[in-house]
Amino acid sequence: MSDAAVQSKLPWRERLVFHAAMLGAVALLASGALAIGNRFTAGDIALRHAEDTRASLQQVIPSAAHDNDMLKQTVDVADAGGHHVRVFLATKKGRTTAVAFQVVGQGYGGAIHLMLGIDRDGQLLGVRVISHSETPGLGDNIELSKTKWILSFNGLSLTNTPEKQWHVKKDGGRFDQFSGATITPRAVVKAVHEGLEFYSRHRNQLLNSTAAAAPKKGETP
Amino acid sequence: MTSYGQITRDGLWDKNVVFGQMLALCPTLAVTSTATNGLGMGLATMAVLVASNAVVSSFRRIITAEIRIAVFVLLIAGIVTLVDMAMNAWLHELHKVLGLFIPLIVTNCAILGRAEAFASRNNVLASATDGLMMGAGFTFALVILGAVREILGSGTLFAHAEALLGNSFAFLDTTVIPDYKGFLLLILPPGGFMVLGFLLAGKRILDARLQRKAVESIPDVESACATGHA
Repeated sequence: MSDAAVQSKLPWRERLVFHAAMLGAVALLASGALAIGNRFTAGDIALRHAEDTRASLQQVIPSAAHDNDMLKQTVDVADAGGHHVRVFLATKKGRTTAVAFQVVGQGYGGAIHLMLGIDRDGQLLGVRVISHSETPGLGDNIELSKTKWILSFNGLSLTNTPEKQWHVKKDGGRFDQFSGATITPRAVVKAVHEGLEFYSRHRNQLLNSTAAAAPKKGETP
Repeated sequence: MTSYGQITRDGLWDKNVVFGQMLALCPTLAVTSTATNGLGMGLATMAVLVASNAVVSSFRRIITAEIRIAVFVLLIAGIVTLVDMAMNAWLHELHKVLGLFIPLIVTNCAILGRAEAFASRNNVLASATDGLMMGAGFTFALVILGAVREILGSGTLFAHAEALLGNSFAFLDTTVIPDYKGFLLLILPPGGFMVLGFLLAGKRILDARLQRKAVESIPDVESACATGHA
């Protein structure tokens, strides 16, 4: 007897085709439910993410420094290595006053995401940790809620701080490490330094792009 | 037939997911560095358990034995994703903390376990109740574990409770030991194992004592059955 003949003798609930149809139906049902769920939540999720980004931008760019919605004025800059960096532009009366963008450092527990705010001359306005998975109690001192360490970057730039000072003290630089955690601050210092270098490489492009994005008279970047 | 009293008892104590069945230890140990995280994870899991038990139970007559596990997993994964999206949209602060662990509820063996052991054999109402009680027991276990680790590890209790429950619950956020330097070990995973071990031992002692009391008093069939699981 062939397989098909065996199948046709079975009660319909035990046939292979019923199982397949059943699984297919459940998969369809589940995907339908997900599609509906996505419809209801997608808007709110996007809003929450925008709020998050706006909140971190506010921390690194003083509100007096700009009068635009930084979320709406962004430039995607292609950097070496093929990755793109989304740069948020702070403008006041059409003049670019500062930029903000994210950098990633490789910490002890994985990626450390940082938001940098840099004024047009390349000085750091602020650095904040967006997310990290460093050891609680040791590495998480990079958070502003734990210690003020992250504020030690304020006002620094590539011009006022020589290359060899961009290290933790243990490596001969100017930044404190934490007792028991050197890898974390080292990663942050490196990431911030790279962020500043990125800005100096793309400074002209960034300052010019505002003029293109929001043309205002009397502005020569 | 299982009575609702029995379902409640099983879920909260006798067959408590963590303390009784020793299931779902991965999320248990991973998120319970604070009581608030434990509460959030517990409630999310409870929502998934109630929904998955109810759905599995209502499908129990059509699902055939051969494909039941695949169907259960599919249903559970769908429900978890819905909970994940809902939390991301409406409980965003908590989602930032628990976000990594929510998708892992799919692999929480307690959920597939209840679908297989209970929901596929009982009516919808009983199954939903079982999900609720198992979820409540899981939440209870996570909060206790989180509270012990948080008090001993960082000297606070329900830190950042307002992120989970709204600003009106900010009063829950208490500093138990002021100027505490913290005891890092308890916040890290090894501390989770240790606290869990002590809590399990505590439950055993309590159960043994209850059983002894039940034996000493007039042998009462019902209470002897109820403590028989210990």
